[in-house]
Amino acid sequence: MSLRNTLRAFPTLLRIGFADAVAYRAEMLVWVLSTTMPLVMLALWTTVARDAPVGRYGESQFVAYFLATFIVRQLTGCWVFWEMNFEVRNGTLAIRLLRPIHPLWSYAAGALAAMPMRIIVSLPMAIIALLVLGSRGVTHDPVLWVFWASSIAGAWLITLLVNFIVGCASFFADSSLRLMDAWLILFFVLSGYLIPIDLFPRSVRAVIDWLPFRFQIGLPVELMTGAHSRSAALRLLLEQWSWAAIGIGATAWTWRRGVERFAAYGG
Amino acid sequence: MIRVRALRKHYTVHQRAPGMAAAFRSLFRRARSTVAAVDGIDFDIETGARVGFLGPNGAGKTTTLKVLAGLLHPTSGEVTVDGFEPRRRQDAFLKRIMLVLGQKQQLLWDLPPSETFELNRAVYDVPRPQYEATVRELTDLLDLAGLVNKPARTLSLGERMKCELAAALIHGPKLLFLDEPTIGLDVSMQATVRDFVRRYNERNGATLILTSHYMEDVAQLCPRVIVIDKGKLLYDGALETLVAKTRPDKRIVLRFSRAIDARDLEGLGKVVRHEPVQSILQVHKDAVNAVVGRALATLPVSDLTVENPPLEEVMSELFARGRSADLQPGNDDVA
Repeated sequence: MSLRNTLRAFPTLLRIGFADAVAYRAEMLVWVLSTTMPLVMLALWTTVARDAPVGRYGESQFVAYFLATFIVRQLTGCWVFWEMNFEVRNGTLAIRLLRPIHPLWSYAAGALAAMPMRIIVSLPMAIIALLVLGSRGVTHDPVLWVFWASSIAGAWLITLLVNFIVGCASFFADSSLRLMDAWLILFFVLSGYLIPIDLFPRSVRAVIDWLPFRFQIGLPVELMTGAHSRSAALRLLLEQWSWAAIGIGATAWTWRRGVERFAAYGG
Repeated sequence: MIRVRALRKHYTVHQRAPGMAAAFRSLFRRARSTVAAVDGIDFDIETGARVGFLGPNGAGKTTTLKVLAGLLHPTSGEVTVDGFEPRRRQDAFLKRIMLVLGQKQQLLWDLPPSETFELNRAVYDVPRPQYEATVRELTDLLDLAGLVNKPARTLSLGERMKCELAAALIHGPKLLFLDEPTIGLDVSMQATVRDFVRRYNERNGATLILTSHYMEDVAQLCPRVIVIDKGKLLYDGALETLVAKTRPDKRIVLRFSRAIDARDLEGLGKVVRHEPVQSILQVHKDAVNAVVGRALATLPVSDLTVENPPLEEVMSELFARGRSADLQPGNDDVA
């Protein structure tokens, strides 16, 4: 489908994706709320920081960091690979391939359509954060807020593209679920999701700087909590979007190679 | 409309024996084999034709359909559909075709079918007035009123299949691939689906390619059949000719005014079934007149019909016999 037609169809895809996402309201809400690991880490790290700060983090900095992490994770989370892996294995991807819109666009619409529900969950958390911390926990620089919005889009895109690539791996292996498990282990440790990146030893940080994980969580959280100057933020944003560009290229390649191997099993 | 030459589709599949030891061995070394799902077939299909693909399970029918619909990339061979190479899945091609998979659904499970219709309107870029007219027409023809606003998961199998058909036709495809469209449906719903599909073909001049294990679907819808077995083409031609060549027999169904003994039928032909007041005889088609004359003269016949053998039996015999010299492709031309 041409980009113009895709964009024209996109609002309908989003509307129907949203209707689908909220078909089981209670289930959706429980699922979104189950991603509360940052709140667990908040409790853990604030206990650790009660006696003395850890690096630059005292108790209130940890509260700000992990509340921001919770919000960023809600706004950038995406689990499309589950659907792709399932559809490749049992052949229902055929239904998407028959439609004159690229399947990756329809997966992306489905992922985006869940966003309003995620925002509904994030909003109270943002209000709680403001009430608990006042405004001192977040940056006051409007330019950094613009950068933050861009970093949220970049983080979501990188996460989506990782999901696409892992989902496409199902074309080559019979299942790509374990591959995603491996990615998620690295993601949890190296993205800033469980541990702020600046608490890692310098040598580990040097490695993290060359990997994409921190751009999925760490960067938006750091921008939100005012950890970077404008120039440093801009440089990091460029790095993040470079990873997104690499992800787009890798996705296009794996999709093209993978779909040739699609066996459309099962009737 | 469709041109297929030397089409092959081979799969590489892993093989593993049952048991723990085999599972462990498979971690290190996996036996692979190549399966020729489609193994060098040729055929042409004209615009507006209704063609049935017949074959036992695993014959290669659905694989062929999926190659024609662009879902599978052929291993080798040449395939063109309405001037397009299906594997490229160009938008213009996808807008002309639809594949209905009886065992897979495009209806969004948790939403009413009307939402799937709307989704298809958007992705196929169907103008709103045309969409509304099509939905009205399909609702009338398939009696969908009252169904389209219920979640798909709450519909019966037959209701879902009717909605599947409607969803498949929102964009008015000129080429319709139907893979087991009546599977699991009761007899009445099968007839409804068949009737609808035939009318769609006649009204829109659409080309129709069907696979079904229900021979009645094929007999009712498809003047021409393509028979595939083990990936190879066994027959391409008129259904009637296939029946006549495979089983040059007729069945004479006799009903009697009083009970008769099986011995009374001796010498008339092969007795397929005998009940006191009804018998079915199988005789060579050239002997039908003589046997009918003798039966009328010697037995208390109250009713008599002459029928072809059931298509299921014809196909079983054909596949059991394997390839035979007189059923080679191309010996019966059907437009």
